[in-house]
Amino acid sequence: MTMVYEDRGDDAAVEVPMRRIRFTINGEKKIAEVEPRLLLSHLIRRGVGLTGTHMGCDTTNCGACTVLVDGKAVKSCTMLAVQVDGRSVETVEGLATASELHPLQEGFKQEHGLQCGFCTPGMMMAAKALLDRNPDPTEEDVRWALSGNLCRCTGYQNIVKSVLWAAAKLRPGTADPDAAE
Amino acid sequence: MYPSRFRYEAPHSLDEAIGLLHDGGDYAKVLAGGQSLVPLMKLRFASPELVVDINNVPGLGYHRADPDGTLRIGALCRHADLEHSDLLPGTQPTMAAAAPLIADPIVRNRGTLVGSLCHADPQGDWASVVLSLGGSVVAQGPGGRRTIPVADFVLGPFENALHPDEIAVEAVIPAAKGVRAGGYLKLERRVGDFATVGVAVSIETAAPGGTVTRAGIALTGVGGATIAATEAAQALLGQPLSADSIGRAADLAAAAAQPRTDHRGSAEYKRHMVRTFVERILSRADHEAERAA
Repeated sequence: MTMVYEDRGDDAAVEVPMRRIRFTINGEKKIAEVEPRLLLSHLIRRGVGLTGTHMGCDTTNCGACTVLVDGKAVKSCTMLAVQVDGRSVETVEGLATASELHPLQEGFKQEHGLQCGFCTPGMMMAAKALLDRNPDPTEEDVRWALSGNLCRCTGYQNIVKSVLWAAAKLRPGTADPDAAE
Repeated sequence: MYPSRFRYEAPHSLDEAIGLLHDGGDYAKVLAGGQSLVPLMKLRFASPELVVDINNVPGLGYHRADPDGTLRIGALCRHADLEHSDLLPGTQPTMAAAAPLIADPIVRNRGTLVGSLCHADPQGDWASVVLSLGGSVVAQGPGGRRTIPVADFVLGPFENALHPDEIAVEAVIPAAKGVRAGGYLKLERRVGDFATVGVAVSIETAAPGGTVTRAGIALTGVGGATIAATEAAQALLGQPLSADSIGRAADLAAAAAQPRTDHRGSAEYKRHMVRTFVERILSRADHEAERAA
């Protein structure tokens, strides 16, 4: 990735410490040259070009930038890009296949889980981490797992319903999540 | 927001990490969970020249009990590990109560208890919990290890007792002599906000409902530092819990608080909540002891 820096005329600016990292993102293996201060969110958005990961508050509050690192939900604005060296990253772009939406995406569609949509990628990734760990969550479990993700449209009711819809769809033997309600 | 420029090292052993800190001097910071350090660096409140990331050092993610009951928490043990621990419920009620209340679920996946103690934020929850339990921090430097009681470890807001070339490798909670009871309650405006008021209470009795042999009460968010409510804790000693002793401890804890009126609430309200929380934790402990007895 090309980074452009301000030239302040000092030699220190020329000696930018760069590190080469190898990581996997949504199953694809990548190598990147990163400056240590680059945040994971910036590596994903500007480096890899996956802009589904949103930057909301940039202060570890809102959770819009949530991605999975080695299966664990993290706020990508609060992790250095160099820290994913040797690790696996999943973003919202990794949810759908070429032909099919992920049940979480389908759930958000069916239950009107998004209004402006800005918090949605973070909500979905936090929800994915929950469902990977607990395929049969209660409403309380869902609310608890999403408590680090803020929705400024305050559409929480439908977000929770969407995740429960996806959980029902993902469970073996539930053909129609709408009928399961 | 970007942190200012720094050199980054990710050593694979503690010795290597300590060597890097030794050479880096005052301008080096240790990165564990990064949930306080990275935001501070982004806001340029911290601008270290060297960041030593210890996440690749193996063997620091543990929390385990020694045969005698002493609990040890490694530098890379995440809040989420403690939240989902099978070890804490039953033996460590104050810690089990606090773990799910730290920050939010996503931050808990990264942040660490030891890092939280090092960060020494007056509004940090773990400092109160560990202080109420009489815990300590193990620091490792070029000369070996030393154990620092948490009461001496936190020197002031965002200031700890580590030497520049030391790493806090472990937090230690001493074994209970008898049965441990207690809890942690936190008033927050929303999940992830700093505590408006946090109260940690830890007591020990020979048997459930018996004479209190050790007590610790510590307060979060109601002063310029974590407050040890020593007199309040002493009021519980030498007798079984009673409405009388609980009320006295609650009053003394409220008196020990130094709250300030701010956007989270008035000083009067916060002081009142300290009293309520001490009473609530101890009354619950008393009821549970009655059930167990």
